[in-house]
Formats: sequence, structure tokens, C-alpha cells
Amino acid sequence: MKQFSSIVIRIFIIAFSVYSYADTEVMPAPDFTLKSNSGSNIRLAEQRGNVVMLNFWASWCAPCRQEMPHLNALSQQYSALGFNLMGINVDEDPQAANRAINNLKVAFPVLFDSDSRIAELFSVDAMPTTIIIDKDGNIRHWHRGYQAGYEDSYAEQVAQLIRE
Amino acid sequence: MKKIITLLFILQLLALSACSVKPWVKPYHRAKLANEVMQYDRDPISDGYIHHVRQARESARGAEGAGGGGCGCN
Amino acid sequence: MVATKNISFIYRYFSLTLLLSASNLLYAVVLPEERADAMYHRYDGGGMVIDGPSILVRKNIAEKYSIAANYYIDSVSSASIDVLTSGASEYTEERIESSLDFTYLEDKSLINIGYTTSQENDYEASSFRIDFSQDFFGDMSTLSMGFSQGNDDITQTDNENFSEKLERRHYRIGLAQILTRHLIANINYESIIDEGYLQNPYRFILVNTGTAYNVEAERYPNTRNSDAVSLKLSYHLPWSAAIKSRLGYFTDSWGIKSQSIELDYSQQLNKRWLVDLRIRQYQQGEADFYANAFDIDSALQTFVGRDKELSEYSSFSVGLGASYEWTFNHRIEKARVNFQVDYMLFDYDNFHEVTSETTASFGIGNEPLYSFNAYALRLFFSIWY
Repeated sequence: MKQFSSIVIRIFIIAFSVYSYADTEVMPAPDFTLKSNSGSNIRLAEQRGNVVMLNFWASWCAPCRQEMPHLNALSQQYSALGFNLMGINVDEDPQAANRAINNLKVAFPVLFDSDSRIAELFSVDAMPTTIIIDKDGNIRHWHRGYQAGYEDSYAEQVAQLIRE
Repeated sequence: MKKIITLLFILQLLALSACSVKPWVKPYHRAKLANEVMQYDRDPISDGYIHHVRQARESARGAEGAGGGGCGCN
Repeated sequence: MVATKNISFIYRYFSLTLLLSASNLLYAVVLPEERADAMYHRYDGGGMVIDGPSILVRKNIAEKYSIAANYYIDSVSSASIDVLTSGASEYTEERIESSLDFTYLEDKSLINIGYTTSQENDYEASSFRIDFSQDFFGDMSTLSMGFSQGNDDITQTDNENFSEKLERRHYRIGLAQILTRHLIANINYESIIDEGYLQNPYRFILVNTGTAYNVEAERYPNTRNSDAVSLKLSYHLPWSAAIKSRLGYFTDSWGIKSQSIELDYSQQLNKRWLVDLRIRQYQQGEADFYANAFDIDSALQTFVGRDKELSEYSSFSVGLGASYEWTFNHRIEKARVNFQVDYMLFDYDNFHEVTSETTASFGIGNEPLYSFNAYALRLFFSIWY
């Protein structure tokens, strides 16, 4: 009996460790402040009350560049309804970042995270990474990479969070 | 019985440790790897040609290509 | 005298490589960039001049599909050592090749299928290929696997009755691994199996009778199995440059073993200029059935051949290149003009320069070893859109 229960306990430990690896709880987004391309500092916590989308990207990341026109459209569509789309650029070279912002005609604020401090804070594990945060500052959606059609999910999720 | 327990114990450790060997070069640290100077076949039209010039004169053939390890995006 | 046409044969087994090394499999599971290139290529050496155009166009659709097409011509004028040995006069010919590739991207997997066909007046080759790449382990590793099948029809210009076939199969597997923020390693293995007519109907062997050379037809095995493995390392230096190395090892069922080592340096000088420098050393051992000249007894062995490509030799090459870039702010994003040239030295250890002149001057069996220099250049213009 003792041996049997120890086996059962071990199975439970394995099962739970795998289960808790999958993030099922709603987490508040960590707060941070970064300088933006307009020159001013922007703090995440001050965006409460709006739906916030953070898009981690870099000039050298091809899918990030492909995604940009879709993000521009998304920002245009929803920003008047309480939606803040902010790009977080992780280029080490600010010149490369600015060149990319111009080439891609980025129509929303871009924050500079050149030492990847905020990327690490969020444990970004894919490029691009798109995080959607609700009006209370909780992370509700997390998208890794960019594939054709993702922009439709973004629009749906943003619209739904605006309505909340 | 003892063997089964030991096996389960080892599997449990493996399961936990496998979860902890994470990719050590973060996606946002791959700028240099994405630089085109790192690519062998930066211009396929030209590199294909030089492979062809060599293959036409050498007995060796094969194992030329298939890259990877670029920006790590997506 | 038999008109010798060896050039066609040296372009036989290549048709796969042009698009195989295409960027499809380069950027760990991202669609290759949309671009168009127009190139002039030229090879000059060893009595041969081969030049011509090459055009490559790639278009991507819906960020999921990519199509590429290539059209390539080799115009050959050859008075190579094989032509001189046979006493024939210089010949010219043309080879035209076209390829089409389709690539499909789904999440972390990439599939490419392609078809290539090549024609010249006595050789038709076609091949089909399929390649698959998969990213895993946080995109730090990319596994690739591929298969190609080629089918060739071989004829002879002055012999209507001659018709042969060759079937070629390639199996390849590779792994690209990001090691550090600055270093990527790549290991590749390829197994090639050829079955069919592997020799050259225009080439012959020399049999040294003591006083003169007799010529006889070559006899090659009708199968050839080969294994090739390569290791590549790409290291990004502290400035905008990279040093790349490639080690290659090859062995086959004909007894040939070869090794190669290559070092490349590429640097972005500024926003417009990109330069390359490379050196390469290749050496191979001979095939079991190869001899520059057989004697009356050894000429009776099962397989005999005199192709210098099967001999023991080494080659050393240096190359350099430069490209100049323009960037634009409209549909065409950027354009480049690019010049690359490689200068090669070939030194044969057991293939001799046998012509009526050398045999007369040096005596039969004492002709000098053959060596030659050549350059291969490419000048191309590319646009990205």
C-alpha cells in the first residue's frame, strides 16, 4: 500500500508540474516605463482604462515587418474607441530602429527597449510577440510569431475587450 | 515493484529537467544571426552558379546547402 | 577523328544545385524574400569559355506561398585538354536550363517542391525535388530533409543508334543550430545513388603499347553510390562582418575520397557597400578504375576510365566580390549591383597533358602532368519588391 501510494503521488507531481506550466490564470502585466519615438516617456500603468496591445518587434525580423501594415490598420480602426497600440522595438541600434519606423510608416507609438530589459521582463520567447492587455491591466491574450490571418484574431480580441 | 518506482522517479526527474533546458539565445537577441553577412547563400542565383562550376569539375557532390538558424522569428 | 564533347558531361549532375541552394531553406522557416535577379556568368580556363545569362524571379503570395522561376543558358566554346587529346577541333554548343519551385509555409514548417529541366543537343536532364524544414527548440534548431530524383536521356550527335538513360536519387538531411548570439553551426549529409549510363560516349582511354597510344572506349560501372557530409560555422564578428567556414568530406563506391575546406569573410562596409573575400582548397583521390594511360594488361580490367574528374588532384581558389546598394521608398524597396569573381588553380597528380606535341617532345608515357587556371565571374543586378 505504501509503495502504491508513493507511485500515485509521483504521478500526481508529474501531472501537476506539467499542468502548472500552462498558464491558465489571468496575470497582471508587469509595469514599466520606456522612452517613445515622440520623445516622451510612456508608462504602462498609466494606460489603465484603455485596452493596450504591446507588439515586440525588431528591424531585422521579417515576420515583424510583414505584420506592421496590419497593426497600422488595427491602430487606426480602434484607437478612437479606447485602444492603445504600442510597439516595443528591441533593436540594439536606435538608428536601425528609426530607419525601420520610417520605412514601415509605423502609425502608432514605438517604445525603445534597446537593452531588451522589458522583453526579458515579459519573458518574450518569440519574435514578434503580441500581447493584449485589458482595461484593468491584465494580460488576456498572447500571440507568438506572426502568420497570415493573425490580424483577424487581434481585431476580434481587441473589439471584445473594448466592449467589456 | 522497486524497479517500477525507480523508473517513475527517473521519468519524473527527466520530465522536470526537460522543461528547464530552455533555448538559451532569446529571440530578441538574434539580430546578429539575422544579418545577411552570416548567410552562405545570400544571392541564390550567384551561389547556385558557383556550386555548379565546382560540381562540373570535382567528383564531390552533395551536402551543399540547407541553412537555417536565421532570425528565429515565428 | 571522333569529335570530343566532354563539356556537356561535366554539367550533368548539377541541375539540382542551382535552386537547391536557393534561399528556401536558409532563413529558418521564413518565406524567402521576393526578389528578381539578372546575371551574366562567365567561366574561362583550361581551354574552355562558357558564358551566358541567368534570370531568377521570386514572388510571394499571402505570406504563405512562394514561387520562383529560373532560366539559365550555358554557351560553350571548348578546346579543352580532352578535345586536344583527341585531336578534334574546338566545338561550340549551348545548354538551356529552366526551373520552377513552389514553397509553402505553415507555422514552423516549410515545404519546397521543384522541377528542373535542361537540354543540349545530346543530353536531356530533368529532376524533381522535395525539401522539408522544421524549426524547433525555440527556433534555435532547424531540421531539414530532402529527396530528389533525376532522369537523364543521353544521345550522341553523330550516332543515331546511341541512346542511354541515367537515374539519379538524392537523399539529404541537415541540422542548423544556433549556438550563441554570434555563432550558427550547420551539419549536412547527402547520399546520392546513380544508376545507368555514367560515362561519356565521346571519351576514351589511352592504352600505352610501348611505342604508341591505342584508344579504346571507356567502361564505367553502371552504379555509383556516394556519401557527402559537410560542417559549416558562421561567426558574427564585433563589427558588421562575419567569418564563415565550411568543411566537406566525400566518399563514393568508385573509391574516390575528397576533402574541402573553405573560408569566407563578408563585411558590410557602410549602408551601400558589401564586400566578400573567400579562399578554398579542394583535394581528391582517384577512382579505382582510373588511369591516365593503361598498359595492354591493365586495359583488360572490368572498368576503365580516363576522365580527369576521376583523377587525383587538388584545386585552390580565391575569390572576391562587392555589391553596391540603392534603397527606395516605393514598390521596389532596394536594388543592388553585384560583382563576384573566383580564380582557381587546378593541379593534377596523375592526369597528364597528352597531345601529339607533348608525346613527340617528351616521349610516350613522359608527358607532363596537367594543370590549368581558370576564373569564374558573375555580374548581376538584383531588385527587391
